Amino acid sequence: MAEVEALRPGAEAEVPIGAIVARGYWGTVAYRLSQDPVTIAFGVVLILIFLAAIFAPVLAPHDPYKTNMPMRLTAIGTPGFLLGGDELGRDMLTRLLYGGRVSLFMGLTPVLLALLIGGSLGVTAGFVGGKVNMGIMRVMDVFYAFPTVLLAIGLTGALGTGSRNLLIAITVILSPPIARVAESVTTQVRAFDFVEAARASGADTSTIIRVHVLSNVLGPILIYTTSLVSVSIIISAGLSFLGFGVTPPTADWGLMLATLRTTIWANPYVAVLPGLMIFITSMCFNLLSDGMRNAMDMRF
Amino acid sequence: MTDGPTPDAVATAAPQGAERFLEVRGLKKYFPVKGGVLNRTIAHVQAVDDISFDVAKGETLGIVGESGCGKSTTARLLMRLIEPDSGTVHFDGRVIGASNGIPVREMRRQMQMVFQDSYSSLNARLPVEATVAFGPIVHGVSRPEARERARRLLYDVGLDASRFMKRYPHELSGGQRQRVNVARALALQPRVLILDEAVSALDKSVEAQVLNLLLDLKKEYDLTYVFISHDLNVVQYVSDRVLVMYLGQVVEIGPVDEIYANPRHPYTRALLSSRPSMDPERRITEPPLSGDPPNPINPPSGCRFHTRCAFANEVCARVTPVLSTFGDDARHEVACHMMSPGSGHPDAPARA
Amino acid sequence: MDYILRRILYAIPIALGVTVIVFSLVYMGPVDPLTAVTPDDAEPHVIEMIKKQYGFDKPIPVQYLIWLKRALMGDFGVSLQSNRPVIEEVIPALRKTMMLAMVATGLAFSVAFVLGVLAAYHNGTWMDRIFTGTAVIGVSVPNYWLSIVLVVIFAVELNWLPAVGMGPRGSGEWEWDLVHIRYLILPVIAVSAIPVGIITRTTRACVLEMLSQEFVPALHSKGITSVRVLVHVVRNAAPTVLAATGIQFGHLLGGSILVETVFVWPGTGYLLNESIFRRDFPVLQGTIAVLAIFFVLINLIVDIVQTWLDPRIKRG
Ligand SMILES: Nc1ncnc2c1ncn2[C@@H]1O[C@H](COP(=O)(O)OP(=O)(O)O)[C@@H](O)[C@H]1O
Ligand code: SF4
Ligand SMILES: [Mg+2]
Repeated sequence: MAEVEALRPGAEAEVPIGAIVARGYWGTVAYRLSQDPVTIAFGVVLILIFLAAIFAPVLAPHDPYKTNMPMRLTAIGTPGFLLGGDELGRDMLTRLLYGGRVSLFMGLTPVLLALLIGGSLGVTAGFVGGKVNMGIMRVMDVFYAFPTVLLAIGLTGALGTGSRNLLIAITVILSPPIARVAESVTTQVRAFDFVEAARASGADTSTIIRVHVLSNVLGPILIYTTSLVSVSIIISAGLSFLGFGVTPPTADWGLMLATLRTTIWANPYVAVLPGLMIFITSMCFNLLSDGMRNAMDMRF
Repeated sequence: MTDGPTPDAVATAAPQGAERFLEVRGLKKYFPVKGGVLNRTIAHVQAVDDISFDVAKGETLGIVGESGCGKSTTARLLMRLIEPDSGTVHFDGRVIGASNGIPVREMRRQMQMVFQDSYSSLNARLPVEATVAFGPIVHGVSRPEARERARRLLYDVGLDASRFMKRYPHELSGGQRQRVNVARALALQPRVLILDEAVSALDKSVEAQVLNLLLDLKKEYDLTYVFISHDLNVVQYVSDRVLVMYLGQVVEIGPVDEIYANPRHPYTRALLSSRPSMDPERRITEPPLSGDPPNPINPPSGCRFHTRCAFANEVCARVTPVLSTFGDDARHEVACHMMSPGSGHPDAPARA
Repeated sequence: MDYILRRILYAIPIALGVTVIVFSLVYMGPVDPLTAVTPDDAEPHVIEMIKKQYGFDKPIPVQYLIWLKRALMGDFGVSLQSNRPVIEEVIPALRKTMMLAMVATGLAFSVAFVLGVLAAYHNGTWMDRIFTGTAVIGVSVPNYWLSIVLVVIFAVELNWLPAVGMGPRGSGEWEWDLVHIRYLILPVIAVSAIPVGIITRTTRACVLEMLSQEFVPALHSKGITSVRVLVHVVRNAAPTVLAATGIQFGHLLGGSILVETVFVWPGTGYLLNESIFRRDFPVLQGTIAVLAIFFVLINLIVDIVQTWLDPRIKRG
C-alpha cells in the first residue's frame, strides 16, 4: 500500500475541508436535533401522548364504553374520575386515552398515504420531466386549486361519511402539496451531474431514483410532510367533529368534542378537554416539524 | 470504406495504421428553445452541428473551444446521455445503439466519463466508497467485491482508502473529489475515458497533480482519452491530436504539434495568440479574439467565424467551408476558405 | 405583462379542471347520480324531467358539458330540501360567509402584520419568542375548539356575548348595528386564528430577509432614521404579505364550515354541513362549485396584484 501511495502524486498535500468525523446526513440531523431543547421537550410530550394512546388498555382506569349515569358530567377532580365524566357518565380520562388511538391514527394515516402517493407522483414527475411532468403536475394543480377544507368536505360529502372515506378525502387533499414539493426538489436534483454519471454507469431509472434521487430528496420531502401532520390531525378531528368520521360510541377526540359541545352550559370544563388534546398534539407536531426543518435544512 | 478521397474518408483522418476506437460521423444535436405566452418551441440552439472525427486506440484526442461551443454536448452525445438528432458513432467497429451494433449499456461499460463539476457530479449523500462501487454493483458485481474494487481504485487515484472511503463529498477538497470521480469512471474497467473539463475547476498546482495522475492511469490501464478543455495549455500537455470546435462545428483537427506550431484556421490562431504563453518566441502574432461568440441559436451564415475573422471575405459569409486537408499532411485538416484552392477567397492558394 | 397574460391563460384549464372535479363528485358516491339529485318522493314524470335536464341518458363527457353549460349560467339545479334553485340558497349564504371572512382577514392582517414586523425587528428577544409562539398557537389551534372555548368564556361564564346565531331571535337579516355586531365578534376571532398565525410568520420571515439585505445598513449609514428604514422595509414586505393574506381569505371562504357550524352562522359552511346530512346533493355540488371558482379567481387576482406591486418578481 505504501508503495502505491508513494507512486501517486500526493493527495495529502491538499487540505481537506475540516477534519470532521464522517457523520453523514442523518447523523448530522440527529446531532443537531439533540442540541435543540424546545424540539426535544415537545418531542417528549408527543411521545408521551403516543405511549398513552398505545397503552390505553393498560393505563385506563375504566371501561371506555360503560355508561354510568350517576357520574354524568362529574366535575374534574372527582375521585376515580380524575378528568370528570362525559354526558353518559363514562370516565373522561379513559375515553381521552382511547380517543387518542383513533384520532392519532386518523390524523397520521392520511399523511403517510399522501407521502407515498404524492411523493411518488412528484418524484416521478420531477425525474421524468417533459410531458409526464406536465400531466401529473397539472392534475395536482387542479386539486391544489381548492381550499383545503372545502375539498375534504366535498369529498366526504360525495363519498359518504365514515372513517374509511374520511381517510381517503384527507389523503387526497394532502397529496398534491407533497407532490409539488417532491417535484420541485427532484427537478433540482435531476440537474446534478451525479445523476448523469449514474446513468453513464449503466444504471436504469429505478435504480437511479432509489440510490441517487431519494437519498437527496427524502429529507426536504419529509421536512415538508411533517409540517402537514398538524393540519391533518386538525382536519380529520374536525371532520369527525362534524360527524363525518367514526360513529358513536367510539372514543375519538373530534367526535367527543362534538357530543360534549351540547353540555357546555352544564360542565364547560369537561367539554373542552378533547379539543385541548387535539390542540396540544397539533402544537407538538408543529414545533417538532419546525425543529426538524432547522435540523435537516443544510446544504452540502 | 474505400481508399478514394471522399470527403468522408478525408474527415476521418486518424493516425495512420492505428485502429479506430471511435468513429463519429455527422453528429448533430439541436436543443429546442421555448418561449412566448404559450411556451412553444420558437427556435433551436445548434449545439452540435454535423461533426465527424475519429479516435484511435490508445491516443488522447483533445477537444478545445470557447465555452458554449458544444464540447460538453459532444461528450454527452458520445455517452448517449442525450440522443443525437442525426449521425452515428461507431464504437470499436460497431454502431452504438443500432440493432446490429453495440447496445448502449454495453458501450457505457467500455466508455466512461468524468464530469467538470466535481461537486455536482458526486452524490452528497453517499460516502465515496459507495459512489465508486455503484457502477460495478449495477453491473452485477457482488457488493463485497465491488467495495473491494472501490478501495483499490481509491488507492490507484492517490487516496488512502482506509481514510477516505467513508467520507462524504463535502469532507473532501476539490482535487480529492475529482480523484474520486476518476476512480468512479474507472470502476467499470472502461477502455475509453471522456474527460470533460476534468481539471478546469482545480487550482493550478492541484491541476498538475491530477493531470499527471491521468497520464499515469492511461498507461497503467491502457486507456484511450477524449480530453475536453477550454485551456489550450492543458490540452497541449496531454493530447496526441487536437480538435478545435467553434459554434458546434469542427474548424481544425490535427496532431498536437502541428496545431500548436502551425495553426491554419484563423480561429485557432486567434485562440493560441490570446493565451498567456510561457514561451515568448513561440507566440503567434494574430489579432486576439474580440467579443463573445455569436448566439448558437442563429449562427452566422457561411463560415460561422466570419463575424469575428480578420480575414473574412465576401465568400465567407456565403459559402460554408468544408473540413479538408491542404498540404501533404493527410492528418491535418482545416475548414477555411483561405486553405481551400479555388474557394474564391483572395488569399486562397491557386487551384492545383 | 407577458407573465400576467400567461397566468390568466393558465387559470383557464385549472378552472376547467376544478369544474371537472366538482362535476364528478356526483359520480364518486355510493348512490347512482340520478338518485343523488332527485328528491326521494319525486313523481315519475319529475324523474323523467331531471333525467333529461342532466342528460343522464347521454355519455358522461356530454353530461359534463351539459352540466358545465348550466353551471356557467348559474343553474346548479334545485335543492332537494327546499325545492328552490340552488343558486338562490348559495348566494345569500356566500354573502354571510364573505362578511365573516372579510372582517376576519382584515383583523388578522392588522394584528399579524404588527406582530410579524415587531418579532422580526426584535429578532431573538423575548418579544420575538412571544409573537412567534402566538403564531404557532394560531396555526395549531383547531378553530372549532377555539370557537367552543370562546363560547364557554364569553357566553357561558361571562355572559357578555351571544353563543350562536347572527342576530337576535335567530333572525337571518344582517345589519351593521351594535346588536348584530355582538354576534360577529366570537366567530371572527375563531376564524382569524389560522390567518393570524400564517400572516405573522410570513411577515416575520419577509421582514427578516429585508433586514438582512445590504441596503439596510446603507440606508442607516446615509443617516436615515430607523423609522424611515422601517417604512422602506414594510413597503418591500407588503406584496408578499398581502399575497399571503389574499390566499388566507380564499381559504376562509371555503374553510369556515366548522366555525359556522359551532356558531350556527348561516353561511356556506353551514349550508354544506346541512346539505351533507340531508343528502341534498345539488346544494352540496353548487356550493362547492361557487366557492372553488371563487378561490381560483382570488388566487389569480392575488398573483396579478403581487406581480404588479412588486416589479422585482420576474417569473418564467
Ligand atoms: N440541455 C440543453 N438545453 C438547451 N440548450 C443546451 C443544453 N445543453 C447545452 N445547451 C446549449 O448548447 C450550447 C453548447 O453547450 P455545451 O455543449 O455545454 O458547450 P461547452 O461544453 O463547449 O461549453 C450552449 O449554447 C448551451 O447553452
Ligand atoms: S472561411 Fe473566411 S471567415 Fe472563415 S475562417 Fe476562413 S477566412 Fe475567416
Ligand atoms: Mg462544458
